Amino acid sequence: MPLPPLLQLANVTIRFGGLTAVSEVSATVNERELVGLIGPNGAGKTTLFNMVTGVYQPTEGEIRFAGEPTAGLKPFAITQRGIARTFQNIRLFPSLTVFDNVRVAFHLHLAHDAVHSLTRGPKFQREEVELRERTRELLSIFSLERVQDEPAKSLPYGDQRRLEIIRALATRPKLLLLDEPAAGMNPAEKVELMKLIQFIQEKFQLAILLVEHDMKVVMGICQRIHVLEYGRKIAEGTPAEIRANPAVIAAYLGKEHA
Amino acid sequence: MPPKSQLYLFAALLVAAVASAFSGRMDPYFLDVALGVGISLVLAASLNLINGFTGQFSLGHAGFMAVGAYTSAMVTTVLGPQLGASAAVLQWAVFPASLILGGLLAALAGLAVGAPSLRLKGDYLAIVTLGFGEIIRVILQNVEAVGGARGLVGVPNYTNLFWTFGGAAVTVYVVWGLLNSTYGRGFLAVADDEVAAEAMGLNTTRYKITAFAVGSFFAGVAGGLYAHLKGYLNPSGFDFNKSIEIVVMVILGGMGKHVGVLIAAVLLTVLTEVLRKFGDYRMILYSVLLIVLMLTRPQGLFTWPLWKRKAA
Ligand SMILES: Nc1ncnc2c1ncn2[C@@H]1O[C@H](COP(=O)(O)OP(=O)(O)OP(=O)(O)O)[C@@H](O)[C@H]1O
Ligand SMILES: [Mg+2]
Repeated sequence: MPLPPLLQLANVTIRFGGLTAVSEVSATVNERELVGLIGPNGAGKTTLFNMVTGVYQPTEGEIRFAGEPTAGLKPFAITQRGIARTFQNIRLFPSLTVFDNVRVAFHLHLAHDAVHSLTRGPKFQREEVELRERTRELLSIFSLERVQDEPAKSLPYGDQRRLEIIRALATRPKLLLLDEPAAGMNPAEKVELMKLIQFIQEKFQLAILLVEHDMKVVMGICQRIHVLEYGRKIAEGTPAEIRANPAVIAAYLGKEHA
Repeated sequence: MPPKSQLYLFAALLVAAVASAFSGRMDPYFLDVALGVGISLVLAASLNLINGFTGQFSLGHAGFMAVGAYTSAMVTTVLGPQLGASAAVLQWAVFPASLILGGLLAALAGLAVGAPSLRLKGDYLAIVTLGFGEIIRVILQNVEAVGGARGLVGVPNYTNLFWTFGGAAVTVYVVWGLLNSTYGRGFLAVADDEVAAEAMGLNTTRYKITAFAVGSFFAGVAGGLYAHLKGYLNPSGFDFNKSIEIVVMVILGGMGKHVGVLIAAVLLTVLTEVLRKFGDYRMILYSVLLIVLMLTRPQGLFTWPLWKRKAA
């Protein structure tokens, strides 16, 4: 029997008052798979992320992660199980330094707690030194160690997006949800970022679900793609299949090509 | 070799002990003000953990202080004499134990108020804690066993420079220590962005409750010190104005700045003393000064780069 998919959505629906933002969506992401999630503005992509990460509870349907249902879990408990995310509208800890933004995300794997912070024994100190090392290692992926002591809010926009990805990696996820990580970047920066996303996927053996509007980018790196429109899933397949899918062309590409 | 921060704590305790030994030669008025300043340091540093570093808005610090004050005073006035212990034992063993007990009960009260209400945001939490403070005051006013509205008299004057500034040093150490670790950066993260903090695996409710309990504990300790400084307790001493006074120290000190808040605590306590000779005009002058300060330095009085948070 094959392994169950890492992430499995079954007929997931969420309503906000009269508005059905996501409607009966079923989808999967397998271990170490890079999957794209595309769809026009307002299609429900971010809302889907918010349900997977426990910010919203689905009105109907079920979400399973590594075979276990996630219903009722608070966001931190879902992160604990191995899902990390970035936010479409960047949510760093603005007053914390770049370094501390990453360091604090090691939280789930700390051996020390409040009491050790006061006793500050040798074990505590050793762990802090080690965490400092690991934080620098992560920062170096995006060459951010040179600005590690700056407050996160002072970084240029693109670096803030990169820092958010690094911060998510510090939680040691199995699945990483990236909500338009390349938004606001120029084409060259985008290409660069996508290379790095592929790099971290391999290095950390991650599954990644990527929301990105630039079709060329998504088609270029994703193994599979899910397409949403008005909260419904209208297609799923390899980049080649999606490119040839008439519903997708009408819904998504149609806007530009019709 | 213990870490530097613990050496500082030890040094501070030593200085407090030496100063205390010489307190007999100090001007009694000066000593009285100094002790008041020390208690303000405990109050301001502990509220800074809740309101400054963790970004909550508690208006109930005087209420937690009252819990500690009455608990500690009951221990030394009722229980103390029954023990038949010597004066030295009372001041150096029973009194500190009563401070800790007062702190623990205040922390418990903090948990009772905090656990259900920390889900509330900003203004709502302020209202709940404000209500709590008032409830405590009204209860104290009506319980005859603790003196009711007349207050509790005959509390022994055990509070000295050592206990006060030792207590302040421990408070500052605890707040500083809690924040200066990878774990402790979580408090600041919660203050910055709760949604992001949860997404990074931080149990934000747990952090807020911890800040609330630790902050309330030291408010309780400050209450015990206050009781044994004044020698009497009156419920009206722990009213809304007292909570506001502490909140103002934290705001003027620059919300979540260690040193700034301590300086503000010293200045405002001394200022209250100085203004005393203006009698009833005191509150007006105090308020006008506050308004001017808030308008001219809304970011806090003491926020220049010298005390900027470092990556540690
Ligand atoms: N908390 C909420 N309350 C009410 N409506 C909401 C809420 N969150 C999302 N929506 C609605 O759900 C729909 C889907 O929004 P969502 O943000 O998921 O779209 P999206 O696919 O991420 O779009 P974009 O590409 O612009 O980011 C929109 O109509 C939005 O207004
Ligand atoms: Mg979106």
